[in-house]
Amino acid sequence: MELNLQQRRRRAEFRQFVDAHVVPGANTWDRQEIMPPEVVRQLASRGYLGAVVPIGKGGSGFDSVEFGLLNEELGRGCSSLRSLLTVHSMIALTISRWGTDALKTQWLEKLGRGQAIGAFALTEAEAGSDARAIRTEAIESGDDFVLTGHKKWITFGQMADLFLVFANSKRGHSAFMLERNLPGLTTSPVHGMLGTRASMMAELRLEQCRVPKRNLVGAQGFGLSHIASSALDCGRYSVAWGCVGIGQACLESSLQYAGQRKQSGALLRDHQLIQRMITQMVAGVKAARLLCWNAGQLRDAGDPASILETSIAKYFACKTAADVARDSVQIHGANGCSGEYPVERFYRDAKIMEVIEGSNEIQEITIAQSACQAIAENVAVTG
Amino acid sequence: MEQAKEKLRAFLGRHIGGRVIGDDEKIFAAGFVNSMFAMQIVLFLEKNFHIAIANEDLELKNFQTINAMAELIERKTAPSNNNSH
Repeated sequence: MELNLQQRRRRAEFRQFVDAHVVPGANTWDRQEIMPPEVVRQLASRGYLGAVVPIGKGGSGFDSVEFGLLNEELGRGCSSLRSLLTVHSMIALTISRWGTDALKTQWLEKLGRGQAIGAFALTEAEAGSDARAIRTEAIESGDDFVLTGHKKWITFGQMADLFLVFANSKRGHSAFMLERNLPGLTTSPVHGMLGTRASMMAELRLEQCRVPKRNLVGAQGFGLSHIASSALDCGRYSVAWGCVGIGQACLESSLQYAGQRKQSGALLRDHQLIQRMITQMVAGVKAARLLCWNAGQLRDAGDPASILETSIAKYFACKTAADVARDSVQIHGANGCSGEYPVERFYRDAKIMEVIEGSNEIQEITIAQSACQAIAENVAVTG
Repeated sequence: MEQAKEKLRAFLGRHIGGRVIGDDEKIFAAGFVNSMFAMQIVLFLEKNFHIAIANEDLELKNFQTINAMAELIERKTAPSNNNSH
């Protein structure tokens, strides 16, 4: 893996930003379950919220690897803030990819400049991994759709100006852009989650919420197969890189701690069982980064294989982050279980990554089915 | 057109276990297409035929058979159409 000059420069810039503006506050934001608006403004002012929006449309036009590196660095500092980049980019990408000209004119530049924040509203209490089970309804009424339903665990739902909402309409699952100020749309904060506690999570209630037909994204019936699918593909890519960041943060914290802390007359880093954990961390994080980089290269080439490779990267990076964070807490001992060190936050955040944007089990089904199809094709061709 | 169909047959066959797909076989109705594969089809069409699939192209009739996708490619690559990449 060799980054080009611009990618190396951007990585250095991202790292500097995260060290100066994210790392110092991340534990406090987590404890207070709040993301200060000033931090979001800082992301916006640097063009980071427009990473996936083309230059000339109000965005920064990062390539996929640059976008990945930004996710890694933000993930190293604060997964809650990285999750803002994830969901906001999913919405910006959806409008850029599938939006009508009117939606693009109305929203793309605002999203690219971070003047409006986007959130992704698919999950419901009874519809997580099985997105087809959503119960939110959209009924046509004159020039509008009338939406009724209840969305749950919507990342940055407390802060978002624009929601991409999925509902059942007459012709199947459909996607709609909803502005926060629409009558019938209300949000309420969700507190006490295990991890990414500063991700301003909310529930979203839609009660006879009238949405103009022009806010339909894509055609009716394509909401899950194309709109949600392409947004979640972006989300998985973002989360995968974010997990590399969690792993890197755990590794750096563990190396620092193991180089200072003595037990039984020797530094922790001189104990062989600690060395084994550090070795597994180094190898896991490097492997995850390579899988993410591979997915990024394929994404920039527009290769259909990028979708499966992104799923593989997400699966491996999330598992690695969870393993690395667990070992990092172990190395830190009782200190690692306290709020004085960030590794307990990394541990909680890493667990969330194994659940969101397609759980580990959903990725396993996808990857295994693809492998079985490849074998069957090979048999069909050679047999 | 025949060249496009040949590429489509090979691509679809690769993703559904080497099975031969008829040109008028409805791949969505037959249950061959999950959401991940639906997006792979979009990327395949865009990359291999240098077209951009957009909002207005999202109609089932454009994607449900090899013949339908070949017609979509033909329409989008016609000289009067400026929707190609």
